[in-house]
Formats: sequence, structure tokens, C-alpha cells
Amino acid sequence: MSSSTLESSPAVELKDTLKPPKKPSAKLPWLLLAPSLVVLAVMVGYPLANLFIMSFQKYERAQLMGVPAEWVGFKNYTDTLVDPVFWTVLARSFAFMVVCVVLTMAIGILLALLMMRLNKFFRLLVSVGLLLAWAMPALAAVIVWGWIFDTQYGVVNNILTTLTGDNWMGHSWLINPWMFFLVATLILVWQGVPFVAFTMYAGLTQVPTEVLEAASLDGATPAQRFRLIMVPYVRSIIVVLIILSIIWDLRVFTQIFALQGIGGIAEKTNTIGVYIYQMGMAQGHYGAASAIAVILVFIMMGISYYYVRQTVKEEEL
Amino acid sequence: MSTLNPTIAGTAPSARVSAGSGPRKTREGQRKKVTNAIYSVIAVVVFLCSVFPVYWMINSSFLPTNLIRNKDLTFFPGSSFTLDNYHDAIFNQERAPFLPALGNSVMVTFFVLVISMILAFMASLAVTRFNFKGRKAFIIAILAVQMIPGEAMMISIFRIIDGWQLLNTIIGLGIVYLSGVLPFTIWTLRGFVAGVPAELEEAAMIDGCSRSKAFWKITFPLLAPGLVATGVFAFIQAWNEFVMALIIMTRPESMTLPLWLRTFQQATQATNWGGLMAGSVLIAIPVVVFFLIVQGRMTGGLVSGAVKG
Repeated sequence: MSSSTLESSPAVELKDTLKPPKKPSAKLPWLLLAPSLVVLAVMVGYPLANLFIMSFQKYERAQLMGVPAEWVGFKNYTDTLVDPVFWTVLARSFAFMVVCVVLTMAIGILLALLMMRLNKFFRLLVSVGLLLAWAMPALAAVIVWGWIFDTQYGVVNNILTTLTGDNWMGHSWLINPWMFFLVATLILVWQGVPFVAFTMYAGLTQVPTEVLEAASLDGATPAQRFRLIMVPYVRSIIVVLIILSIIWDLRVFTQIFALQGIGGIAEKTNTIGVYIYQMGMAQGHYGAASAIAVILVFIMMGISYYYVRQTVKEEEL
Repeated sequence: MSTLNPTIAGTAPSARVSAGSGPRKTREGQRKKVTNAIYSVIAVVVFLCSVFPVYWMINSSFLPTNLIRNKDLTFFPGSSFTLDNYHDAIFNQERAPFLPALGNSVMVTFFVLVISMILAFMASLAVTRFNFKGRKAFIIAILAVQMIPGEAMMISIFRIIDGWQLLNTIIGLGIVYLSGVLPFTIWTLRGFVAGVPAELEEAAMIDGCSRSKAFWKITFPLLAPGLVATGVFAFIQAWNEFVMALIIMTRPESMTLPLWLRTFQQATQATNWGGLMAGSVLIAIPVVVFFLIVQGRMTGGLVSGAVKG
């Protein structure tokens, strides 16, 4: 893989230079890139190709032990696409993702607006809180939330019992798939909001204050100022944040997997990433799982296309 | 929505109350005061909501079991303060032991940190200081690779590592992590290197420095913050990673800390929440500390394309 790219390097041209011209050198940049290229080719390129090949094979535990894999054409794909379980999992993943992204973005933007108006002390207070939530390792976060929603001694059940007078002790949150995803949404939003809030805050502080003042002198309400002045300034930030959130929430694995370990029913709460794991690593249907993984990769590439294009364009590469 | 224009929702009544009782200036001043008070209250609520799980984790980790398994909540350890949970988490031999897991985590993190920094540094130099065919393609590939979910590739990655006989080894897991963090570290460092103008080096060269000397004397010191930020990112990734460790480190003695944390929950017995919280605190501390060091730079990297006005 890297050898073919090496051959093209002598033809260094400067005619299409977007950045200021650098020292033209044929070998050195490729020497510098070589180690990274090797690692990425071997650990990303090769597995990806491998995944693609496996998705066209009958690949089970026996094949892992050395039995030659048999080519089955598109069978893994057709099997997947007619499997109602696959569609349920896919629909569940998308629904979960949409709810998380909408909540994360809405709360994140509102918090950014709030931080704009706070004085220094309260802004620092909010920042510290958000930073702590953000910095928690995902697994530790899930476990802590699992403890908060614990069936027997969880603080939520305890407070609900005190507040409502009904006995909530012993109420299992994770056993009910809807409640399971309520807790999962809480965890994802709790950890996802800080990034959105900080980034939006950084973006909003770039909006010139003179324009905002002029607008309010002309009688614009706060809502109008936000929609008509701030949003256009930060539109590209919002779009990138939405895309990144979509990608992160759609490929969620650790949170769902760990929450299932604490007390959820796996079959009713699988999202696409966990489903691939169950299908492949746990049950040994590597071929079928690879087909689903390939489908997921294509979905991800489709979603991130705009992000990559936008970033490349704005960085003026 | 309510936070969006609380000026209307929250202050209209108060403005009406004071209407007519004084000149316009005081009325507006009062109105502003009330608005600010409302914002401050919301800020406190936000703070409490985001901090509560962290606080609850730390609080529970210092409580004795009889107070954890209790109908009454204990919000502050006070005189019941105990380090038993930490002692149990670290020294209880019935579960997978803590210290070997810590050792594995430290080793794999160190491996990833060192190698990824060296490789990313070289690659970012190549794409910022040289112009060559394929440069743009490489950068696009770096961006695109980050979007491929590792979970999708775990089967083939498992097969590769298995094929190399590297299952349950630090090197095996380290290589997998390396490929995971490398795209982002290259991307971030690229931004930092590009921020140091090449003219500085050229000026030094005119003054008689050799090219490599100019680089090491002039550019490299200016890159220190970038190297720290990128290094912390690699550290956090390797320290927290869970999925790949799950499939590659299958033996108890080769567990990393996230896997160790999972051993607290066994189907056969009630979860030891106190020990689990102590374990979570132990894992979270280094991450939180390092995260706070570089937090300002974390937002910039990912949306660098968009943030630039």
C-alpha cells in the first residue's frame, strides 16, 4: 500500500499550491510519514479490507480455528436485510441517537447562552461542573449512574419514595427497556453537553457585540437576536457539533454495554455497536456480524462526509 | 426556551411592580438585578446537576457498607469516614487484583503515549513543512479514519492480533490503541505546527543556523503546549479504553483497569457498591487531573475548521 504512494512522490509539483510553498523535497516527507502510514495501513486499512472480505464469507468459529472459509456472495447481506432483529436494532439506535443529539444540542446551546450572561464567578462555577462531568471516564460514569439508579439502595428510588410517599425501593429501572434508555440518555447527555456548551460558548463570544447592541436598540427581542444574529455567525459550528454528536451517539458502545452488565436485558436494549459485538465476538457469527459492520461503516462515512468536506475546506489545505 | 428569554418571562412582573415608583433608570437597574439573580440560580442548579454524580461517587467511596446499604441516605461521611472501600478495592484477592491491572494500564498507556507522540510529530511535520503530492489525500484520510467505528472492526482486529500471537500482550493492545489515537494526534499536532511560522526557522537559517538546528532551537520549544495537549489526549484514550481491551486482554492477569472495574459485578452476588465507587475514583483521578490541565485545547481541535470565523 505504501509502496505505490512512494512511487508517485518524485513528481512534486508546486503549481496548485494553496499554502505558501514549502521546501520541495521528494523523499523526506514520505520518510516522516512512513511509520504512521504503516501503522494505519496495517491496523486500519487491512482490518477494513478483511472485514469487507469476511462479510462475503461463511465465517464462524470453525473458520477461526483454520477451516477454510467458503464464499457465499451477498448471503450475509441479504440475511441481514431481511432480519427483523437487525431493523429493530437499527431503528432503536437511530431513535436513541436522535433523542440524545437533540437534547445534547439544545441543553448545550442554552448553557452557552447562559454562560454569556453570567458574571465571572458563576461562569466559573458552571464551567467547573461541566468539566467534571466531561472528564469522567465513560465506564466510571456508567457505573456511578448505575449506582444512583440502583434497585435496592439507589438515591433516585430513595428520593422518589420520600417525595411521592409511594414505595419505590426495589424498583428496577434498567429491566424496563424504556427506562433503560432513559438512564442511558441521561448518561450520554450529561457527558455530551459540556463539549457542546464550551464550543458554542467559544463561538458565541466571537459574535461582535456592536451588532447585538444595534439589534436590541432596534427593538429585537432576545429570541430574535439569537435566531437572526447569533445563529448565522455560528452556523458552521452548530453543523459540525451536530454531525460529531450524531457519530458519537450512533456508535455508542461502552455505555450501553456496561449498563446491560449492571442490569439491562441485552436483547431488548442492543444498539448497533453492541449488536455487532453480540453477533460476532459473543456468538461467533463473524461473517454475518461483518456484513452489519460494513453497513455501519457506510452509514458513518455517509454522515461524516459533510464534516470532512467542511473541515478540509475551512482549513484551506 | 425558558432559559432563552428569561428577561421576558422572569422580569416583567417585577418591572411592573416598580413602574411609576421611580425614574426609568432605577427600574431598569432593578430589572437587571432580578434577571441576574435568576441566571445565577440557574447556574447553581446546572452546577449541582453536573457535579452530583461525581460527588455521589466520592461520597459513597468513603462510606462503610452499612451506610451504603441503608434506607437513609448519607450525604456526608462525617465521623463514619472510612478507607475500607479503597482497601478492599486494592487488596481484596477474591477479585482480579488491582495492582497488576494498574501495571498493565500504565504500561499500555505509556507505550501508546510515547510511540504516538513520535509518529504524530513526524507526520505533522511532513504535512505542514513540506509540499508534496498526496499531502491533501493523507489529511483527508486522517479525518475520515476517525469516523470509522472501532467496534465495527473488532472482529478483524481480533483476528490480526490473534494471528500475530499477541493476544493478552501489552504490545498487542498497544498497537491497536496506537492506530486508534494516531489520526487525532496527527490532526491536532498539525494545527500546532502550522501555527509556528516557518519564517522563524528561515530567519534563523539566514543567521547561520543549519536547518535541523533551526528547527530544534526555534520551532520545537514553541510546540511544547501542543505536544502536551496531544499527549494528554493519547493518555486519556488509552487509559479509558474498554472495548478493544475486552476482546484482546482475555486473561485475568492481563486485564487493564477498565476491565478490572467490571469484575466488581458478579452475577452470583450483590454488587459491592462501596468498593466499586472506590475503584471508579481511582480510575478517574488521573484522567480528571490531566483533563483539567488541557481542557482549553480540547474544544479547539475537533471543530478547528468551524471555529475560525
